[in-house]
Amino acid sequence: MSDHNYQPSSKLGKWFNDRLPLLTLSNHLTEYPTPKNLNYWWTFGGILTFCLVAQIVTGITLAMHYIADSDLAFASVEHIMRDVNYGWLIRYIHANGASMFFLAVYIHIFRSLYYGSYKSPREVIWIIGMIIYLLMMMTAFMGYVLPWGQMSFWGATVITNLFSAIPFVGEGIVAWLWGGFAVDNPTLTRFYALHYLLPFLILGLVVLHIWALHVPGNNNPIGIDIKKPSKDTVPFHPYIVIKDGFALLMFMIVFAFFVFYSPNILGHADNYIEANPMVTPTHIVPEWYLLPFYAILRSVPDKLLGVIAMFAAIFVLVILPWLDTSKIRSAVFRPLYKQFYWILIADVLILGYMGAMPAEGLYLLIARVATGYYFIHFLVILPILGFKEKTLPVPLSITEPVLGGAPNLTTAKYKESFDK
Amino acid sequence: MINKVKNFIKILSIFTLIFFTTAQSNSAERAKLLKTDWSFIGLFGKFDKGSLQRGYQVYTEVCSSCHSMKYMSYRNLGEKGGPEFSEAEVKAIAASFEVTDGPNADGEMFTRSARLSDKFVMPYENVKAAEAANGGAYPPDMSVLVKARGGGVDYVYSLLLGYEEAPSGMTLDEGVYYNKYMYGNKIKMASPLSEGIVEYGDGTEATLEQMSKDVTTFLMWAAEPHLESRHQMGFKAILYLIILTIMVYFSMKKIWSRVESEV
Amino acid sequence: MSDKKPKRREFLFTASYAVGAVGVGAVVWPLVDQMNPDASVKALASTEVDVSSVKPGNTITVLWRGKPVFIRRRTQEEITEAKSVKMEDLKHPEKDEDRAKDPEWLVMLGVCTHLGCVPLNDKGDYDGWFCPCHGSHYDISGRIRKGPAPTNMEVPKYEFVNANTIKIG
Repeated sequence: MSDHNYQPSSKLGKWFNDRLPLLTLSNHLTEYPTPKNLNYWWTFGGILTFCLVAQIVTGITLAMHYIADSDLAFASVEHIMRDVNYGWLIRYIHANGASMFFLAVYIHIFRSLYYGSYKSPREVIWIIGMIIYLLMMMTAFMGYVLPWGQMSFWGATVITNLFSAIPFVGEGIVAWLWGGFAVDNPTLTRFYALHYLLPFLILGLVVLHIWALHVPGNNNPIGIDIKKPSKDTVPFHPYIVIKDGFALLMFMIVFAFFVFYSPNILGHADNYIEANPMVTPTHIVPEWYLLPFYAILRSVPDKLLGVIAMFAAIFVLVILPWLDTSKIRSAVFRPLYKQFYWILIADVLILGYMGAMPAEGLYLLIARVATGYYFIHFLVILPILGFKEKTLPVPLSITEPVLGGAPNLTTAKYKESFDK
Repeated sequence: MINKVKNFIKILSIFTLIFFTTAQSNSAERAKLLKTDWSFIGLFGKFDKGSLQRGYQVYTEVCSSCHSMKYMSYRNLGEKGGPEFSEAEVKAIAASFEVTDGPNADGEMFTRSARLSDKFVMPYENVKAAEAANGGAYPPDMSVLVKARGGGVDYVYSLLLGYEEAPSGMTLDEGVYYNKYMYGNKIKMASPLSEGIVEYGDGTEATLEQMSKDVTTFLMWAAEPHLESRHQMGFKAILYLIILTIMVYFSMKKIWSRVESEV
Repeated sequence: MSDKKPKRREFLFTASYAVGAVGVGAVVWPLVDQMNPDASVKALASTEVDVSSVKPGNTITVLWRGKPVFIRRRTQEEITEAKSVKMEDLKHPEKDEDRAKDPEWLVMLGVCTHLGCVPLNDKGDYDGWFCPCHGSHYDISGRIRKGPAPTNMEVPKYEFVNANTIKIG
């Protein structure tokens, strides 16, 4: 298979394809050689595409009924929930969809961390992914402001106030973000405009993300370079399509459970109280997916340094391909890294938990230790590990594992040939 | 293959569990809430129509003198999945309220009896008036009240039954009452319900528990008017997804059998 | 591969596609239906209009469900004129008696049946209404007489609550 050699069989197809090679693109996507040993953790790319499309579709329909006005926003959401045909369904899909999106993106990111998918030659895919992740957080944050409940209002206040930590220009920037002296109607309307815009930027970046992926091809659980196409690969369609579809359906069952039976469990009760600029809720927390960063922010006693630490936590991820010095990609062959990986997961979960707890006493102490460890993992452990770790022997191909070391790699019964 | 799916599900459910616990941990601090047998919980949970109708009675006769329900309309009382009063009953209910309408051709506001499309009449003109009449504490709007409180229906139910003598050593200002379940235990609403404060038309005995349960059920419906269709649709949707998942699973096995025995 | 296998596989695939398509349809419907008039719009109340101050030969316009409603108090001559029109002259034959229960009062939606503009009072070749958008002429019973509009102006459901008040809807 080679993209450039593809010729549509019909005359009309050829005529069209010579002018706009959509058929070549579609042929490339269906024939795209994919490592055949990809496990279910690889299905989250497809799941994430679904999440993005679902959010955009439900979001556009909600926008037909929502009113971005500080006097009317809360009431318009209630109008959607009560009167609009299937409005409750669409809104609950959208609200829980955000959580599902982040659940999937975290799995996707941690899959990449485990199997070393961010390493050469896939650094650009990783960095685009991180930009998408950052935009997702911005989009989700602004979306959470729109219902104009208490958490919306105070979340917006707290997060925009982060920028006031910047010396000299901070106050000016915050006033600029607000369009006033506090979070108010101008803030709401601009957040609405941006909340509508950003998903389309994300969509564009997703296209680049996939494009960048299709240059070197997928990484795989054993992390070795494979020849494409070869007996180590299968064409994307139907093999990966059906597998992604199966995983997506399982994901949708979980999703449906939330939407239909616990639609508010991931939200916060206070957001059903209309925004009141004179009363702050007793306990304010961001949405669960931002909790680890929130914990990092609060664990630093200085305002400016706290904000810096929070942004640094994301930035270390961006430069991760150069922090990890190991030439071996997959944790399968890195016994030490594998352990540190699970410690990191525990660390992030602890941070998330601490982010939901009041910042005092033992909670604060644990949050500080966890914050410290988070940075140590990326800035100290990973660079050193690359030099010190004794890795296991790596097989030469998926079908020919050495020493039978790699799990789940049974002997191939590969009968069809893709050589042409 | 089966093993891999199992592993996958295991790890996925751990993740799910983790967010459940973090999500719920916020509301755990207070006294343990009272529980009762809500009919609307569960896979097929539905509202008890009788309870909703009685709950509406408690709301109008007791709560509505201070608490508004500004997102509710009289027509809602007759809609499917709610108290389902008959059309004549709903019209009579609406007609018993006066609303301000206008301006008329002369530019003046006038009052008329409410219609189905009107929102529930509010006890006070605005928030300030409500505060002024209630010692500075705004009686919250009840349209989405149960969703706006951690603990939801159990919390509201408990609160209604949670009035007690203040423990010795605690001094209460005038107009402040002790409630076991209130945040900080101090509440500015006097115990609203008392034995027999309403007389139920259907002969149900108006005990404190019964009224609390009825009015809480009513508030739950007010906050989630589409709960019944949500549960019905949810069951169908999930059943459908499971069937399709199984079909796709076998299709997948078929397709992958061309390559190797394990997916 | 044996001969039997492909058949079974085809059935499984076809069935999966079919079941999947049903699901897609079920998902599309709420997304389409959300644009239909919602419960609060559908419940929109009737409007009561005080017509005591309307003089014979005058028309008032009131808003009902977001559309103008013409209420005309017709003079005796106008009533006679409206009743005298022969059915065969009409593009959309309707008797005046069927359009105005009380011949003195004509109540109809002030919306041209061509493309929805609001016709002008006391204009046109038939002393009724004239739509400025594309030149439809209506007579004093609101019936289309000339121009592109296909049907007469619509008469909504209405009733007299008392001698002075009309309830529309």
